Amino acid sequence: MKKHLNTLFVTTQGTYLSKEGECVQVRVEGIDKAHIPIHTLGGIVCFGNVLCSPFLLGHCAEHGVAVSFLTENGRFLARVQGPVSGNVLLRREQYRWADDPASSTRMARYVLTGKLANSRNVLLRAARDHGDDGRDEPLRAAALRLADCLRRLERQDFSLDEVRGIEGEAGAAYFGAFDALITSDDEAFRFKGRNRRPPLDPTNCLLSFLYTLLLHDIRAALECVGLDPAVGFLHRDRPGRPGLALDILEEFRPVMADRLALSLINLGQVKAKGFETLESGAVLMTDDTRKEVILAYQKRKQEDVEHPFLQEKMAVGLLWHAQALLLARHIRGDLDGYPPYIRR
Amino acid sequence: MYPEADLVPLSALRHYSVCPRQCALIHVEQIWEESRLTAEGRILHERVDEGGAEKRRDVKRVFALPIRCLRLGLVGKADVVEFHRQADGCWIPYPVEHKRGRRKEEDWDRVQLCAQALCLEEMLGVSVPEGALFYGKEQRREVVAINDELRRETEEIAAAVHRMLADGRTPPPEYAPKCDSCSLVDVCLPQGVGGRGNRVARYLTKVLEEP
Repeated sequence: MKKHLNTLFVTTQGTYLSKEGECVQVRVEGIDKAHIPIHTLGGIVCFGNVLCSPFLLGHCAEHGVAVSFLTENGRFLARVQGPVSGNVLLRREQYRWADDPASSTRMARYVLTGKLANSRNVLLRAARDHGDDGRDEPLRAAALRLADCLRRLERQDFSLDEVRGIEGEAGAAYFGAFDALITSDDEAFRFKGRNRRPPLDPTNCLLSFLYTLLLHDIRAALECVGLDPAVGFLHRDRPGRPGLALDILEEFRPVMADRLALSLINLGQVKAKGFETLESGAVLMTDDTRKEVILAYQKRKQEDVEHPFLQEKMAVGLLWHAQALLLARHIRGDLDGYPPYIRR
Repeated sequence: MYPEADLVPLSALRHYSVCPRQCALIHVEQIWEESRLTAEGRILHERVDEGGAEKRRDVKRVFALPIRCLRLGLVGKADVVEFHRQADGCWIPYPVEHKRGRRKEEDWDRVQLCAQALCLEEMLGVSVPEGALFYGKEQRREVVAINDELRRETEEIAAAVHRMLADGRTPPPEYAPKCDSCSLVDVCLPQGVGGRGNRVARYLTKVLEEP
């Protein structure tokens, strides 16, 4: 895991991307802005009115570069997929597991163990930072409830629905204490509960946007190892829903998206005036805020961490590639389980 | 004799002789990681792949020649096949495989060349006693005798590749120094994913300990 492929985020409206030899040519209003060698890219994310030539799309498909189209506000619209590739034997095994309640439950337990452990660590870490000023109380209380949920997740006799029930309970405990993680004095960022369609406050807006960015990356990573991102274990099939990508997203939400959102808010990198409220109450980001968030996300991806299972240093942006590989290895029977990414 | 539907790419032989796991990652799991080296090779080949032929008095050169061998179940393209005119007026094929790197101790490239020779023999009904490897880094040719020993080695590898692809299983990794220059090292994880049992359970116990 030495190489770190970048994602090209295109937010300038009216940009035209085309293939120029082995490069992506970026043009705005007919003027050449950049040439980016395709082999340095892992993905292209286009926001709003951004055009791609069909030859570039074909070239990207051939090289496993994921291309997604989002609205200007980051709502996922579509992605371009090349010919189906990857190992058909691996995918068939994935489908068999998804059809089998016992295998699905086992996999759901793995990813939720990751999610709950990471959520708990986010709470405990903040509680330590808060010190004993009393504000750490709700955090510690929620962390205890998560620890209890984690213990119950180990019960092998629980059905998939019971496991999902534990997740619901854990989610309520975690988001119930989420407001205590926000140290910003700005009233606009107070967290009163999770909402997403549409997000009704800046914090939810930020969380949803980061989940979208992360989902794009995870989906691309799963496709790279030949898994079908649409067929999940915890998330059941629904047309258009990337079930497996959402499964793996669960492990990463707390450490990648939630913590990044919190530091953007708490360090004042995003401001309340960087969000606008529509007539319906839906909250959107301004262009500048979106750019700020993307930059912070990209920067975060370039930091080095040690992978806890592989015990190898790698860029944060490669963690989901490592997880996709480990999952493929487990499904192929090379590995005795799936080790979720858990950040201590 | 293999049916046409079961032919495997000639390149799989080289991959297998380098590392059976690398071969399985590419041909079973269909994973391909492009690195600078493979990109350069691909661009080089796109040019060669345009095909065509050129002829001088006693040597005809054909580019990107499609070839196959039903006996060993192989199919692919030869970069360059020269046809040398003999004194009796016959043309003898002479495969020349282009490599961007330099000459290797191991038989990896020689096996690939031999496989091409075997294809040409079957398709043209002649014997191919010799071929050459051209190494770009050194700008020199290594003449390779297609002898019995190399033929036997090539046939054994072809059979092993067929067994592995039919089985559809990827062998576990074994770390070796050659892994460091393999373009698939990042997906293979030769040091991270071994076949040792109960690793995930141990990992979970460890990371879930109270902090």
